Amino acid sequence: MSKKIYLSATLAALLSLPLYASAATDADLQVIREQIQQLRQSYEQRIAQLEQRLQQAESTGKRAEAVAEQAQTTVQQTVATPTAASSSNGGEGTFNPALSLILSGTYGSLQQDPTVPATGFAMSPNMGHEQGFNLGESELGIAANIDANYRGVATLALDPAGGISVENAYVQTSALGNGINLKFGRYFSGLGYLNEQHAHAWDFVDQPLVYAALWGNQLGEDGLQAKWLAPTDMFIELGAELGRGRGFPGSDRVKNGAGSGVLFAHIADDIGIEHSWRAGVSLHQTRADNRISDGVPDLPGTAGGVSNSFSGDSQTAGLDFVWKYSPNGNMRDRYVKVQGEYFRRKENGLLTYDLATANIADSYSVTQSGWYLQSVYQFMPHWRAGLRYDRLDSGIAAIGVLNAGNVIGNYAFNPTRTSLMLDYSPSEFSRLRLQLARDNSRQGLPDTQMFVQYIMSLGAHGAHQY
Amino acid sequence: MKNLLCASLLVLFSNSAHAALNVFACEPEWAALTQTLAGDQVSIYTATGALQDPHRIEARPSLIAKARRANLVVCTGAELEMAWLPVVLRESGNSAIHPGSSGYFEAASAVRMLDIPARLDRADGDIHAQGNPHIQTDARNFLPIADALSQRLIQLDPANTTHYQNKLVAFKQQWRAALKKWEQQAAPLKGTAIVVQHKGFPYLSNWLGLQEITALEPKPGMEPSAAHLGQVLNELKQHPAKMVLRAAYQDVRPSQWIAQRAHIAAVELPYTVGGNAAASDLFSLFDDTIARLLAGAK
Repeated sequence: MSKKIYLSATLAALLSLPLYASAATDADLQVIREQIQQLRQSYEQRIAQLEQRLQQAESTGKRAEAVAEQAQTTVQQTVATPTAASSSNGGEGTFNPALSLILSGTYGSLQQDPTVPATGFAMSPNMGHEQGFNLGESELGIAANIDANYRGVATLALDPAGGISVENAYVQTSALGNGINLKFGRYFSGLGYLNEQHAHAWDFVDQPLVYAALWGNQLGEDGLQAKWLAPTDMFIELGAELGRGRGFPGSDRVKNGAGSGVLFAHIADDIGIEHSWRAGVSLHQTRADNRISDGVPDLPGTAGGVSNSFSGDSQTAGLDFVWKYSPNGNMRDRYVKVQGEYFRRKENGLLTYDLATANIADSYSVTQSGWYLQSVYQFMPHWRAGLRYDRLDSGIAAIGVLNAGNVIGNYAFNPTRTSLMLDYSPSEFSRLRLQLARDNSRQGLPDTQMFVQYIMSLGAHGAHQY
Repeated sequence: MKNLLCASLLVLFSNSAHAALNVFACEPEWAALTQTLAGDQVSIYTATGALQDPHRIEARPSLIAKARRANLVVCTGAELEMAWLPVVLRESGNSAIHPGSSGYFEAASAVRMLDIPARLDRADGDIHAQGNPHIQTDARNFLPIADALSQRLIQLDPANTTHYQNKLVAFKQQWRAALKKWEQQAAPLKGTAIVVQHKGFPYLSNWLGLQEITALEPKPGMEPSAAHLGQVLNELKQHPAKMVLRAAYQDVRPSQWIAQRAHIAAVELPYTVGGNAAASDLFSLFDDTIARLLAGAK
């Protein structure tokens, strides 16, 4: 082992020694070696120092650049956006949460008693009209992003007689992406075209007859809505809802599971810059449980009608379309809007006739339908005129033998109504409206109706849907 | 076989590396600027036309469908689009373009705002808390906006950083030269008294030194009434103006009414790219604007 080390050391020494140095003495060699070593060390140190300094200079330079850039941008920012702190997503964020209040009221002049329901639809809620001066529902709206994932919306209806009802109170997802939007809580169902619109956005004082008779003006649900928007150039939206089924035609009940289901699909597009349209299909299904209706006329002709109760399935299908035209696509100046909807409902179940006295239950099945067609024309900025035609078909009911002599199966009358509207909106936030209607919805009781309405909005005014 | 696979994989990857950004531009001027700064790396949808009042657009389903697939939304901001954009963004179900995320760009955040209201009261008309949103009428504003927009494009598509940087440098060079030319051409306009139909020109006036006497709209966003036009006419007798300005999308009648009675020129400005046949891009937009102003001032 030691032999090996010695050998390699000698070899190393031989190799490291320059040839000419062999003449010099060992001591001299040692001195020279040390000097070289020192020289090398000092050079290496200096080079290292230089390198270090260079690196430092470089990095400080970079830092200086970065600082300068930052300073520049902050200067730009401070100059540019003095209100940046209060700004955000356009309007709604100015207040957090966004608060809005809708004030509305009508004056109604009717020739007939508004408590008489449309002929053939006594088993639907009667939405009627108010006479004289009356305060409409004031609507208090609160909306804001809850966090990065959710947005909350609440609309409280302040009843003129006192009391508050929750019209909408829902949470919407905002971060799911992929065209998916979920909504849960209390909301207006996405079926049809008009159903989601709040009263202050209606083009007429009242809802079309078909909405009044088949949906109690508007179908509100407590439940869950899922919508998916296809990643296509054309607007294609599919939606589904599961709800409690608390509103007409369902009836509130205590049970697990869903009380109603809705499916809807919308397609829409533009034709050039001047035309746009949307078309939709909806399906609704629910079950009524002891849905009681009062004052229903019967075959024996009971004065004031009788109280009936219906339990059974209710299925509704609907079609809707809207088309809008505006010269140069400038909605501010002039536009025309044409819209129409058709709903057809089949109810099948058990009808209990005259709860108070006879109390006879037997099968009952009927298909009712209705449609409206309306057009609104803004003929100059701030001024609009509208025309609407409504029609209902109460259908011919199949009635079980036990009730064949009691329940009216065929009214042989189609309720219709024609309404004319003129409104003036001095600004986006105020609207005054005059409406005249020839109401033939009650057989033998034609009515000429006149309404004057105001709709004013205070506070944050969110964007309207199409 | 292996080579073929490698080759096809390469093609796939190179394709994804060159995939265009889908841009949803609220107004034509931002569509034009994005096109200039990104070239063939983007495919752009312009939500509004030059003849539409950008305040009053409907949240049409077609806009929602386009926003659904957008990687970047480029808008003016400052509440100009508040009547429709929030619904479009919300209904799109596209979380990448929500306000505050990198896919949402507001041009107004890059420039100094004018006409910031001291008080917020709807009785004052259609006013915007963050200042007048019509920032595109001052050509100088396009430089800081281009910087910010280019940065955003790089952030969203870092693979093409050099492409965007080169485009930005080229644009700024051309724009600076054009600015010099426009400012020289517009020098005689300095101090010219004008009347505006809508308060939509503070940035233009600030840039070219025009003097705004009054507006035909009694309150921003309100239609000029006969009574108010009479007042304006009286005011013009005391403080005469050279011309009355309006944007291409505005009703021609109030301007004409005043122009005939006060014997001044009624000047329709393109206002944005596509506002008239001559204003076909950002450069010709300002060429035409200044030419029309000079013609009106004669």
